[in-house]
Amino acid sequence: MAEQKKLSIIAFSGDFDKLTAVFTLGTGAAAVGYEVNIFFTFWGLDAIKKKLGRSPVGKGFLPKVFGIFMGGLKSVPVSRLNFAGISPKIFRYLMRKNNVAPLEELVEAAKQLGINFYACEMAMHVLGLEKSDFIPEVKDVLGVTSFLKLSEGGQTLFI
Amino acid sequence: MATYNLDVTKDHCPMTFVKTKIELNKLQKGDVLQVKLLEGEPLENVPRSAREQGFNVLSVTATEQNGVHLVTIEK
Repeated sequence: MAEQKKLSIIAFSGDFDKLTAVFTLGTGAAAVGYEVNIFFTFWGLDAIKKKLGRSPVGKGFLPKVFGIFMGGLKSVPVSRLNFAGISPKIFRYLMRKNNVAPLEELVEAAKQLGINFYACEMAMHVLGLEKSDFIPEVKDVLGVTSFLKLSEGGQTLFI
Repeated sequence: MATYNLDVTKDHCPMTFVKTKIELNKLQKGDVLQVKLLEGEPLENVPRSAREQGFNVLSVTATEQNGVHLVTIEK
């Protein structure tokens, strides 16, 4: 068998629509046999928090305030026309209505397909987050050099 | 050896082949999966990606329903 193809995605955005792109590409690639690595950093870390809603996750006062404002996967905003959080609800409704997998279903599929989730050490430090704040599927906490090594020889996307 | 059925006629990219792959992962070697899908993108993608990953595509047949096909894959 030829060497396995590889796709590595840097999930920087914590927006509903961009995370949908991350998980659509990731699951699609994993389903056709790619090794898929997703490196979550900054706002992207919201997607892998254990707490799906708004919650004071994080160590210290400011990270806790951030945690409440940012929330988890269930409270991510859309990148345009968010209308104070109404748009993600409309999108979820439209996706279900049109039989397009909503974000949560894509994340579930990503777990089942064995996609590798990694968290950015530096962003976690800034936001006062620890590995235990994330879902257990998060394989490791990495820095830039480890990610570069991991993504070597494959395609890399920044979303 | 058992035969399983999967209907992805209501699904869209990437869930058509994502669901197929997840289902194939659950199967034992020698088991057969019959995937009901629509013509166009799913019909092109599902058999091709199954073959590429070393599964045996036994048949691709049109059903009586307009535009619906049945792909039989052996693990």
